[in-house]
Order: sequence, then structure tokens, then C-alpha cells
Amino acid sequence: MKPAPFRYVRARSCAEALDLKAEHGDEAKFLAGGQSLIPTMNFRLAQPAILIDINELAGLDGVRVDDGALRIGALTRYRTLERDAVLARHQPLVREALPQIAHPQIRNRGTLGGNLANADPASELPAVVLALGGRLRAQSVRGERWIDATDYFLGALTTALEPDEMLTEIALAMSPPRTGTCFLEVARRRGDFALMGVAAVVTLAADGTCADARLTYCGAGDTPVAAPGAAASLLGRTLGEDDVRSAAALAERDLDPPGNMHAGKAFQRHLAGVLTRRALEAAVARARQRN
Amino acid sequence: MATRYFGARVTRNEDQRLLTGSALFIDDVELPNMLHAALLRSPHAHARIRRIDTSKARGHDGVVAVYTAADLGDFLRPGPLVVPPPPIEGLVFNDRTQAPLAKDKVRHVGEPLAIVIAESRYLAEDAAALIEVDYEPLAAIVDLTRALEDSARVHDDAPANVAARARQAKGDYAAAAARADRVIRRRLTYDHGASMPIETRGVVASWDSRARHLTLWDTTQAPVFVRNGLAAMLGLGERQMRVIAPFIGGGFGPKIMMFYPEEVLLPWAAMRLDRPIKWIEDRLEHFFATTHERSQIHDAEIALSQDGKILGVKDVFLHDTGAYNPYGLTIPINSQCTLLGPYVVPAYDSTFTSVFTNTPIVTPYRGAGRQHGVFVIERLLDIAASELGIDRAEIRRRNFIAPDAFPYRNDIIYQDFAPLTYDSGSYEPVLDKALDMVGYRRFLEEEQPRLRREGRAVGIGVACYVEGTGIGPYEGARVQVQTNGKVSVASGIGTQGQGHFTSFAQIAADRVGVDVRDVDVVTGDTDQFYWGAGTFASRGAVVAGTAIAEASGAVRSKILRLASEHFECAEVDLVLEDGHVAVIGAPGLRISLGELARKANPMRGAVRPDSEPGLEATRYFGPSGSTTANGVHAMIVEVDPETMMIEIKTYVVVHDCGTVINPLILDGQIHGGVAQGIGNAFYEKLMFDADGQLTNASLADYLLPTALDVPRMRLGHTVTPSPLNPLGMKGAGEAGAIPVGALFAQAIEDALGLRALGIELLEIPLSPDRLFQLIGGKRA
Amino acid sequence: MSADLHAIAVTVNGTDYQRQVESRLLLSDFIRHDLRLAGTHVGCEHGVCGACTVLLDGVAARSCLMFAVQADGHRILTVEGLAQDRDSLHPLQQAFHETHALQCGYCTPGILMTMKVFLEETPSPSEAEIREALSGNLCRCTGYQHIVDGVKLAAERMARPPATDC
Repeated sequence: MKPAPFRYVRARSCAEALDLKAEHGDEAKFLAGGQSLIPTMNFRLAQPAILIDINELAGLDGVRVDDGALRIGALTRYRTLERDAVLARHQPLVREALPQIAHPQIRNRGTLGGNLANADPASELPAVVLALGGRLRAQSVRGERWIDATDYFLGALTTALEPDEMLTEIALAMSPPRTGTCFLEVARRRGDFALMGVAAVVTLAADGTCADARLTYCGAGDTPVAAPGAAASLLGRTLGEDDVRSAAALAERDLDPPGNMHAGKAFQRHLAGVLTRRALEAAVARARQRN
Repeated sequence: MATRYFGARVTRNEDQRLLTGSALFIDDVELPNMLHAALLRSPHAHARIRRIDTSKARGHDGVVAVYTAADLGDFLRPGPLVVPPPPIEGLVFNDRTQAPLAKDKVRHVGEPLAIVIAESRYLAEDAAALIEVDYEPLAAIVDLTRALEDSARVHDDAPANVAARARQAKGDYAAAAARADRVIRRRLTYDHGASMPIETRGVVASWDSRARHLTLWDTTQAPVFVRNGLAAMLGLGERQMRVIAPFIGGGFGPKIMMFYPEEVLLPWAAMRLDRPIKWIEDRLEHFFATTHERSQIHDAEIALSQDGKILGVKDVFLHDTGAYNPYGLTIPINSQCTLLGPYVVPAYDSTFTSVFTNTPIVTPYRGAGRQHGVFVIERLLDIAASELGIDRAEIRRRNFIAPDAFPYRNDIIYQDFAPLTYDSGSYEPVLDKALDMVGYRRFLEEEQPRLRREGRAVGIGVACYVEGTGIGPYEGARVQVQTNGKVSVASGIGTQGQGHFTSFAQIAADRVGVDVRDVDVVTGDTDQFYWGAGTFASRGAVVAGTAIAEASGAVRSKILRLASEHFECAEVDLVLEDGHVAVIGAPGLRISLGELARKANPMRGAVRPDSEPGLEATRYFGPSGSTTANGVHAMIVEVDPETMMIEIKTYVVVHDCGTVINPLILDGQIHGGVAQGIGNAFYEKLMFDADGQLTNASLADYLLPTALDVPRMRLGHTVTPSPLNPLGMKGAGEAGAIPVGALFAQAIEDALGLRALGIELLEIPLSPDRLFQLIGGKRA
Repeated sequence: MSADLHAIAVTVNGTDYQRQVESRLLLSDFIRHDLRLAGTHVGCEHGVCGACTVLLDGVAARSCLMFAVQADGHRILTVEGLAQDRDSLHPLQQAFHETHALQCGYCTPGILMTMKVFLEETPSPSEAEIREALSGNLCRCTGYQHIVDGVKLAAERMARPPATDC
């Protein structure tokens, strides 16, 4: 399966990349890791007229802490994220999700920005970004803006990015004290898209009850979805077995997964319940450990 | 004659080339001036072709030619029936074979309508996208259960979509059922899958118009038949054509199918365009353009006595043959025969209907229908065991054919057209060894109860099978000592990774007295060896191996006779080893084989009448019947009762394939077969929708097992030699794949305690999703 | 419409190449057909099977998921560059031969390249770690067991300090 012809430009600066994108809009695509884009081009499902290679743009990769948030350059490869000490210390949820993504050869090339621009609802990181109150920075010739994760994912493979915009940075919450996180998924084989996956974040108050909880899912809709009812049910609770089971039951009830060729709706719903329970158990235990 | 290599774990002669990336695979063939082909394939499963316009494609940059069915003239004919049906009484058989390009109608997604030949594959694909086709879509026949009643027809002249109907019977089943203590009836569905070798298919055709000679590189498992058939189609003499099967990246059966459209079109086009042409199948094409095995639906019943003895089996089944049936009845006959297994089945009544559907062609894939038969009998025995209160291993043991009952006649006809006769076998030791290795008693009595108390769902399965292997018609081999002392072995059989370069060398090396590394094996080149059938049906070692043994033995005789003349001594005074012949007890009297070979081709002097030059011999071997290997697989599996994900804790295979040439290679074959069996049982499913579209045509969604999904296996062997060839060998290539479906169903049922819930697993493949559907909310 | 051509300079197995490539030419096709290094194999062209794995600047990557033009200015190592010379194989190659870790050999180059860097990062891996590292490379022939054995054997040999001559 050979791709259709296209014009290739290796952008030497952000400005050049943005100019080209503004000129060609949806006819042009950014080439970062290419691990999602190139397969679709090989299948001829995507036939962009222009590929703008942004791999050499400086300053678009790396992890830093700024203003109390983790700031990750869009061009940061999964491989870098896996090995980054700052990320490990400040946001273990990302680290836990990473080994589920494809395989090392893919993670050596694929980028966080590429993943989020692709916005596959079965992918792990959109759910993680949603769980962590992520904010995504989009730049264009018209300027820049920050988009909340809750406003960013519009549908399957559809984001709020305008045709002339490039994702340049992602800001994520750092894990506050007394917080435990857990990412769990069920997939047919290691590295496959999840049949169902959950990101759980639990923060305890000083008295050990739940001060905050987040539950988000991949594979449960045409975007990453949250289970706000289930999460809210944990607030103020002591988070024993019953609390966790109730929340899991609520999540199972509230979610409306679409079903796919590997897992029917009912099975996905059932898995959501199981994984919510297991992830909450782990997150709670970790939150208590971090006391 | 001392055997140094036969039976030894010799590492492979072919590895160096493969490990360093210097072995020639089909896409490595680069010829000057070479063109590239791409095919336009039908997006519809069933449609009439109203109009096809290739003008835009023809005018595209870099395009040299575009051909449709209209351009082929007389060359457009349905391909030959490769395997005619065996002589079964009352057989109904409608052969409908595929043509190189579809003309009026397409009958499966992916059926080719046009071929584009251009300067690069990239350009050829661009041009193919410009071909305009007016299709009139027709209702697709996909559901096997409805195809027979469907008024729509895959082939307008094959009513009710019947490709074949055949009944084989022995004994009196009705009487057996009447007097049985228990009759168990079930519907069972077995869906085998696609072979998915990591290398797809490919063809390179090169026509030398001056020499009037065609060379074809082809990823075929049967180069001799491809040459003979294609030469006839192209109006060439066989000697005008050379077919080379290079190193092939996995065959598993579908690469022996012939004639694929591309095999036929490339040489035809190469002769017209007078430039070499290459076509490499891409993975997407492979899902439609290379054959699959697929499903059968069995309505089966077993009649038993109270103590679990089989009185008879009746089976009526449907077999999906896809849109065309060039391979005849090989698969359903295998299902019919292999169902009998290692058991005494006094009465058997089996009827199948092979059905055309609007899906890709079905031809043998490792196991070739045996899986389906094994699944039926093994599941029926499991159900019987449960209903009669007999242990699962015990009920099998009670029905085994006794070791003194061989050769054992089953009286129905096998795929080699002869009545199914088991040549030899000793089944109880194999079962005993497997039960011992897996710790069957201990698991059922101690481990399982203990783990269940901990809330874990763990189960055990045991499955038995007999496999007919080593079938004819024949293979041949030429063995020659060259003047450099190296031994050349040539055979018509090909290679797809099963170690022929080594196992064949071991046989020759022992007899000719050289180091196994000094034997060069050539296979798959019709110019090197003219005759043969091919690599299929677990026959390579048995049939070609025997021919090599015979030819090597003949060369050995020539060596000894010539050396005895040279040294003027008796042959018994000679020893042949390390590439030399020496007189025993006379240190100076020694000659290298290379020098002896030189002497065998004198430049002067007279030769004895009726003698032949050189140290060379050619022999052929055709077995009188198939030889039956057998085995037992046992597995302990844990199921996460909430997610239905599985973990295989223990996997044991005990296998009897007679005498073994190379245990290292044999182990690899078993491992590989089991891995494919695991894929078939729990991961791989070709998902066709009601319109005949394959919805998971990518490796992202057609799930091949990875290193995390295939467990470490423990293997055991017993040896019951075959009386049908001098070395006592039996085939082993497919064994690992055959009983795995039955094993999974049994073990998972056990792990989840499904029988107690009234749930039975009567289908393969299974998956976490399917288990959830079947079990619903019944399990706490 | 004429092809979009680009000049590239790439170092493969220590040799510098300058070529003109069309932008859509896949790196796998470039290596195999332009450079005639046919040891890297193509199995799927959608990044799943791993047969096309090469090392790009020392890191494993699927060459079917890159365009040749992207390799401009980079270093690539393929299976042809693995052995020191004709007579001394890389420990992985030697170990694979001894444990019968290959049958048809088609997936083998991709696995060798993947395992090379894996062992550099994890010199004493457990069986579980090996299987996880292997899980991105599909093999249809071996059932993986002998491959795992081969990786273990290579790891042991590579970890052993070189013998000193007395």
C-alpha cells in the first residue's frame, strides 16, 4: 500500500510551518512522529496534498514545570516521556499509561502532540489529559490560544483545532499531595487499542476522606469521556470497599460505550465497571501511601 | 552404517544467510528494466460489471499497460481444478474455478478486474485508482446457514450455491443410536482463519524473447506444478520455463494454491511487454487475494454406551468454500476423516455440503480441515464424559484403538483418494505422558480446588488427535558428490522455513559420509530438479526425505564400489567417513570423495558398459499410503472471571511422529503450530459483514498472537515408527495447530465452571467478548 | 504532475549515501530497493508486524512508517550492519542460530534490531521482560519460544566479561 503523491516541506521554523498551514488549511498536515498519520496515508485513507515536517522545530519538546503546572512540548516523543524524571515525580498517571501505547518502536517516534491532534477515542492519552484538567496550546499565524481538554475533543478523530492551527504545548496538573492515580486498561494484546481503559485520580483531605476524584475513560465514546457522577459520589467519603463499588456501579450505569468489533457495548460497559473499581482501589491505596 | 546426524539436534545450514539478511526472498529479485504491477480489486462482494474504462489509467504517468478481461482473449479461462474430488460414491461436485480477471461478475471482495503495469508500484497504484468501473451490486451470500436457501447465486449455474455434497459412512449408525445408552446431539461451529505469514505473496516474471524462455520467481509451495500448469496455459513447453521458489517467508498452505490470478497474469504480460514484471502483494491485498480457511457448521451426534464407549457418530455439516473451489474437497474430507481421531468408531455417517459464498476462496491452511473434525469429536466426548460421570481423560482412553490393531482400517476415503488406514500408532503412552507432564491428577484433586477457594478460575484441558501425513503422490531427489567434495542434494519440493536445508542434509550426510555442513541442498528450482509435487500436508520429511535417503544410499554404493576398484580390495574392508574412503587397517590407503568423484568422470579410457559417470543418483519415493502421526495437548489456563482475559499457565504437547530427523527443528514446528492454534482459538477471526465486506482487514484488527500471548511449552515425544517408509518417519508440520481449539473450549469451560451453569462452549474462535456474551450475568 | 523530489544524505551501516528521492518513498522501500539492502523486510506497511524495524540514530523504528526524505542527515543501522564481518556474527545472530530462533527468517532482521537495543538497555532481562520487548514483533513460524531462548543466551554471553588470556 503506497501513499498517494504529496509535496513535502521540512519546516525550519515555527513561523514557516504556520504560514504553510494557513495557506493550505486542511490540505496540509503536520508530520511529527507519523505513527498514526503514515499508516493512514499508506492505506490511502488520508491523502494530504502537503506534508509539513515539523520534527526539527526547536523548542517544541521537553518537560518542564512552570507556574505550578507541567508543561510538555507537543513534539515530545513518548520515549522521552517514559524516561523523564520530572514527569515521573510529578505526574505518575502519564507514566502509567505510556507502556500501554503500542510498542517501543512506535514510542520511539510518536509524539504527545501527534497523539492528541489525532484524538483517537480509544487512545490512552486523551483520557489522561482529560483526567488531569489538561490545557492545550494551539498556535497559528493569527496568534495563540489555550483550549481546555473539556472543549478540545469534539468527536472521533476530531478536535477543536482550526485548519490553520498547530498544537504546540500541553499543560497538565501536577499531582497534588495526598493524591493517588491509576491507569488501567483491558486490551486484546499488549499495545493494542483498549477495549476499555480508565484513568483514576483521587486526592485525600487531611482527614483521609476524598477531597477530589476524577474518572475518565478511553474507548467509551467517540471522545475520551468522564464519569462525573461516579467521581462526585466519592467526595467526602472514606473510600472503603463499598464506596468504591458504588462508584464503579455508577460509572457502569452512566457510561454509554459504542461497542466495536472486539467488544460489544454490554461488555465494554461491564469492563468499565470492573476497571473503575480496580483503578479506584489502586488510586486510593496510593493516595494513602503518599500521606 | 553409523548415523551421526539422523536424530541429532543439528543447527541449521540455512541460518547464516537468513540471519545476515542475505537470503533471497521474492521482493529481493531485482532485474534490469523491471516493471511493477498493481491490481484493481473489487470493492463489492457480489456485483455485475457493467462497464470498465481504463483510459485515464492508461494515460497516467509511468504506465506501460493496463489489461482487463477483454484484453486476455483466449487466455481468459477459469483455472484448472487443482485437486479433483476423490471417488466417493454418490458425490455431487460442481467445480467453479477462478479466472485471471473477472469479466462479467465479481464474486468476492478483492477479486481482481484489471492489472496495471507501470514503472513503479507507487505509480501503478495511482493509475489503478483512475480506472472507472460501473458495478451493479448484487445481494451478497455470506451466511452459511442461509446460502442453501438463498435464491441469489454466487454462480448462476450452481443452484442452491452447492459446490459439493458427499456422504461417507461405515457400519450402521441408526442401529448404534437405537441401542445406545446415551445419544448426545449438538451444533458446533468451527472457524479457522487466515494463515497470515509475515511475508505476503509475490511473483516476478521474466521473458527472454531471444531464447524463448520464461523465468518465474514465485512464492509457491509447488514450483513443479506451477511450471507444468503455466507452461500449458501460456503455450510453452515445460522446458521453456523455469520456476524458482526462493526463500519463502512462511507458507502454511495458501501459498500452494494455484493458480492465483497474479501467477497467470504476470508471465502473460511479461511475454507481451518483453520486460520483466514484479508484483508483490501488500498486506491489505493479502486479506482478500490469498486464500483462507473458514467456517464449518456441524450438526453432530454421538451414541455411547453407559461406560463411555463410542457406538457411533453421525455428522451433517456445511463447509464454506468461498467464491470458487479450485482445491476441491481436501478440507471437508480432512474434517470427515480426522473426526474419527484415535478412537474406535464402529459406525460413522458423515455428510457434508460444501457451499459457495461471496467471500475469498478457501483452500488448506495448516491443519486443513482437521481442526474442525477434532473439535467435533473432542467436544462431544467432553459432554459425554460430563453426562456419564466419567473423567475426560478416561473416556478418551476407553475408546483408543488398541496398539495391536494396526494397520487400522477406517473404511472411509481420505484426501489421498485411498481408504483411510492408520499405519501405526500407540496412543495410551502418549496420553499417559501428557497427563503426567501436565500433572493432571494433582491439578484436579489438589490445585484446582485450592485455587477455586481463593476465588481463582483455573481449568485444565486435554485433547487428542490423529493426523494423516506423508501422503503421495511422490517426491524425488538427486544426490551428487561434486569434485570439491561437497555433496549436492536437489529435490522438487520447496521450503518455507521448515529446515529442509538441514534435515535433508542430515539424511544425505550420514549415508555419504560427509559433514552435514558440506551438503548443499537445492529445492524449489525446476531447472535443478524437474519432478515433484510440493510442500503440503506434512509430507516433506517423509516423502522427499525418503527419496533423499534412497538416492544417498545409491551414491554410497557407487562410492564403495569405485573405491574398492581403486584400492583393489573388498567393499567390506572400506570405511566411509569425514568425506573420505579408507581401507580399514591400512593408514596410507585413503582417498577424498572429491578425488573419487573426479575419477568417476574420466577424461580418457573406456568405461564399463551400462555404468554411469559420476557419483550421482536420482531416486523417487511414492508412499503406499498416508502415515498417521498422533498427539495429545494438555493445558492449564486461568481466566479472569471479570474481564475474561486468559493466561495460559501450562502447555504440554506429547507427539508421536515416528522417527525424528532433527528434534530441534521438530520442536520449532510444534511451537509454531501451537502458536497458530492459539491464534485460531482465541484471537483470530475474519469478520465479514452481511455485505461480504471484511471489516478487520489489517493486522491491527486481525489479531496474531505475540510473544506475550504464546506460553512457554513443554514437549514430549514417543516414537512409533511408520512401516510405510524405510526410515519410519511421519509428518509433523501441522500437528501443533490441530487440537488447540478443542483444548481451549474444554479448559475454559472447566476454569469458569460453565457446565454447572448450563453453558457449553461449542464454537471457535472464542474471545473475552464472546465469553461475556455467552455467559452474560450468570457467573457471580 | 512531476514527482516531488528531494536530495538526501543518509549514513547506513557506516556508509554515506547521497540520493534523490520522491517525497512519498517509504524508508523501507528506499533501504531495500534504492540502496539494495534487502535484509530489512516488509510485512504490513502499517506499523504492526515489526519486520521492517531498523535503528534510526541508535533507536528502533519502523521503517515503513517513515519517508526516506525524513532520514536526511540521520544514521541508520540495518541487519546487514549487525555482524562485525562475514566470519563473526553479532552474539544475537550466533545465539539465534544455536537456539533455532528462526524458521523462515522473514521476521528475523526486525527482531534482531529490536533485541539489539533492548539488550543494550536491559542487559540481564527476565523471560517476562524479553517477551514484552518482543511483543511488538510478530512471528508466525516459531511460537517465540526459541527466540526467547536465543535472546537469553545472547544476553548471558554479552554480559560475561571477555576471557583474559593467561
